[in-house]
Formats: sequence, structure tokens, C-alpha cells
Amino acid sequence: MENMHDVVREYVVNEYVEDDTEVTNDTPLISGGIVDSFSMVSLKRFLENKYNISIPDDKATPEAFDSVNKICTLVKEYIG
Amino acid sequence: MAYSEKTRGMYSDILTGLQDAGLFKMERFIHSPQAADIEVEFPTGSSLKKVINICANNYLGLSSHPDVVKAAHEGLDSHGYGMSSVRFICGTQDIHRHLEKMVSEFLGTEDTILFPSCMDANAGVFEAVLTKDDVMISDRLVHASIIDGIRLCSAMHDTFKHSDMAHLESKLQLHHDRRLKIVITDGVFSMDGDTAKLDEMAALCEKYDALLFVDDSHASGFIGKTGRGTHEKYGVMGKIDIITTTFGKGLGGASGGCVSGRKELVEMCRQKARPYLFSNTIAPPVVAGVIKVLEILSATTERRDKLEKNTEFWRKGLTEAGFVLKDGDTPIVPVMLFNAKLSQDVSRGLYEEGIYAIGFFFPVVPQGQARIRTQISAGHEIHHLEKALDAFIKVGKKYNILGKSKQEIIEMYGM
Repeated sequence: MENMHDVVREYVVNEYVEDDTEVTNDTPLISGGIVDSFSMVSLKRFLENKYNISIPDDKATPEAFDSVNKICTLVKEYIG
Repeated sequence: MAYSEKTRGMYSDILTGLQDAGLFKMERFIHSPQAADIEVEFPTGSSLKKVINICANNYLGLSSHPDVVKAAHEGLDSHGYGMSSVRFICGTQDIHRHLEKMVSEFLGTEDTILFPSCMDANAGVFEAVLTKDDVMISDRLVHASIIDGIRLCSAMHDTFKHSDMAHLESKLQLHHDRRLKIVITDGVFSMDGDTAKLDEMAALCEKYDALLFVDDSHASGFIGKTGRGTHEKYGVMGKIDIITTTFGKGLGGASGGCVSGRKELVEMCRQKARPYLFSNTIAPPVVAGVIKVLEILSATTERRDKLEKNTEFWRKGLTEAGFVLKDGDTPIVPVMLFNAKLSQDVSRGLYEEGIYAIGFFFPVVPQGQARIRTQISAGHEIHHLEKALDAFIKVGKKYNILGKSKQEIIEMYGM
């Protein structure tokens, strides 16, 4: 079975990283300038499609999306 | 008094912080009309220095063209100085509508609406035509004014990697369920001088039923065989749903902008765009000047042809001298220096040699991509460019960067 952390990290790297910046599960994504708040929407939609969930807009905050670990914690809340 | 010493001190600290970070912007006073040859007071209080300007958006050399100046004078005499009203109350003259029709004809669009600036056009257009059920998908390097317009709009927003068509397609697939999708790009990207692949983008928009938006501010008047813009260069005239552009660059350089495109979308702007509804439009003398500009450009391609030749000469000269340039064929020719301080030092060195060109560094361009952005004009004669080239070579030798690769320059000066 796919590891959620690996899936999310791979998506973040492919989607947002355009140089050799290393992304770990704790790397600050938004506060660290890797993901701008504008581009968060594709990450949210990717997670919703991938895990067949719906994340309310008021829960998809920059803080909740600020690392792979935090994203996975959020997603797990909405997986049945 | 509400403006207390505490408040003053707070702002002073912020401004000092900008100075300490090297981000404090200074104006240089030009005492002559905008042209290839200008007279500059810099630093403030010093005597005037005659220099060659190679950093203006005066691509077609029309900013001080005698026919344009004369037309503006005549417009001032015939239609007055200002309107003292927004368009829909009593601020529309015959010449405003005439200019809108001329722009539509020039760009090959259905209709056009004028805005006080292209900044205003970009700020107003998205909110006027989109709702929260829609999605805006923009290139990651679009101009700041587009980003502001996107921020003001309730539609969902996503981005695609710069000029990456596969990534754009994945975003069009991801957002297939939105009511409307609109793909947003600059025609010519102002910092790198590269062009959007509008033929591929138009095809993708057709495939996924998306609208296509292009800001052609750094293209209108000179890109494409007859200067109609990036859509002409890529053979997609009539396939762009919204074009915004400015009259503050190639098209006379004064002020004003517009939204041009599908007539229903233009009408939506006329009904709902806030910078149009709540601000005076372009002043009559400027309208008259832009009308003359479009008459000149519709009659002959002489100026854009000269600009193309000048650009070829300039790019070839810099390349042969051994500078690192950004690839491209537009009049925006960035000379890459990578290091911020080096870009400032080279700019200062050029000024001492009588060449006015500005160094750009982070945050205007990405970290480690500092450069001198040179911009060529049809107002330049070959002797201007030869003198500028000599100055670049002299300063380049001083800093030992001629013939050096990106890596070598970074090794010498750092990022």
C-alpha cells in the first residue's frame, strides 16, 4: 500500500520544487516559501481526488498545509 | 494629532529596514523628453549628464515623436484637458469610443474598453467576468498587476510552471469540473523577454474548453510581422478571448490601457469592472496621441522593422563580446550577472560611460538571477547601440566577466 507521506512529498516536489531543494516530512512548505498560498489550491484538489475526501476551505489553511506531516494529519481526519 | 512620534518612528524603522536590505528604490530625475538621448540629474542635485537610455519601454521610439506630440496638442485644444467624470456619467467623448474601435481593429478583436492603465485593466477584468465557480490558471511568472487582479477575484486560482505546457494541461484536467476555466499569461514576460507559446496554449484551451487571457503590454505595436502582438507572432489572432495591453510602453508611452476581446466579456467589464466604474478614463490629449500612434503603426511597419534590426544588432554584439544573455528575440535583452551587487556596480559603471541601464535583483527577479535588463528601441540609431556596446565591453572587462560562463561569474562574485 502506498505510504501517504511519500505520495504527498512526491507531489509537492514535482509540483512546486524547480531546483534541487530537499523536501522532508518536516520541511516548512508555505512559511519556507516552497509553496505559495496561491498554489495551495492544486495541492488541496490533488488530496481530495486522491483520497476521495472533501477538505473544507476553512480547514485548508497555510498552517495546516505547512509540512508533509501536517498535511497527512489533516487528510487522515477526513478519511472515513 | 493622530500622526504621533511613535507612528512616525514605526514607519522610519520600516524605511530604514528597506535601505539596510538594499531594497530602497531611488528615482533619477530626467530633465528632457523620453528618448534615446536623455539628460539625467543623478545623484539628486548634481549637474545634468547626457546619457543614452537603454532601459525604457519606449520600444517604438514614439514617446516624443513629433507627430504624436502634435496630435496630443490638437486633442488638448479640441477636447480639453480632463473629463472630471467617470465614463458612464459624463466622461466619455467621441474620441474615447473612436480609440476603442481603432484598438479592436489593430488587435483583431471584437471590442475594446479603455482603462486608466493596464494595471487597472488587470485589476478589474477577472472580478468582472468570473465568479467563485470558476478557476483562473496562471503562468507562475505573470506580471504583478495580474496577480493583484487575481487576488481581487472570487474565482479559484491555480498556477502552472512557467511556459510548461504539460503542466498546464494537467491543471486543465484537474479543474475540469469548474464552470469556467481561464488560462492567464503574459505575451512577453517582462523580466526575461521570452514569449508565451500562444499557439500551444490556444490549442489546449480549445481542447479543454477554457478561455485564454494574454497581457500583451510588452508586445503590442511591435511583436508579430505587423506588430499586432504575440498572438500575431504565433498565428492565433482571433483565438485569444481577452487581451489586455498598455499605451504606456510601445504605443506612445504616456498612460492608459485596455481590455480587448470577446464583445460580451468587454461589455461585462463596462458593466462591472471597478477601475472603469470608479475612476476617470484616459485624458483627452493622451487619447488623441494614442490615436495618432495607431495611425502611424497601421500605415507602415517601418518602426517595428527597425526595432527588430536594432534588437538583432544588439543581441549579436553582446553575445560576441562574451556576455551571458537570456535567450529570446524580443527587444528585452537581459544581461545576466547573477550577483546583486555586481549588477549595481555594472549599472554604475555604465552610467559613468554615459549609458543609462538599471540593475535588477531579488525580489524583482529570483534570488541569484541579478541582471541588467536592456531594452532596445526603434528610437535608437546604430551609433547609440555601438556606444552602448563599447561601454558594456569596457565595464565587462573591468569586472572580468567577458567570455565567462554563468558558473564562472558565480564563482567570482557569488550568487
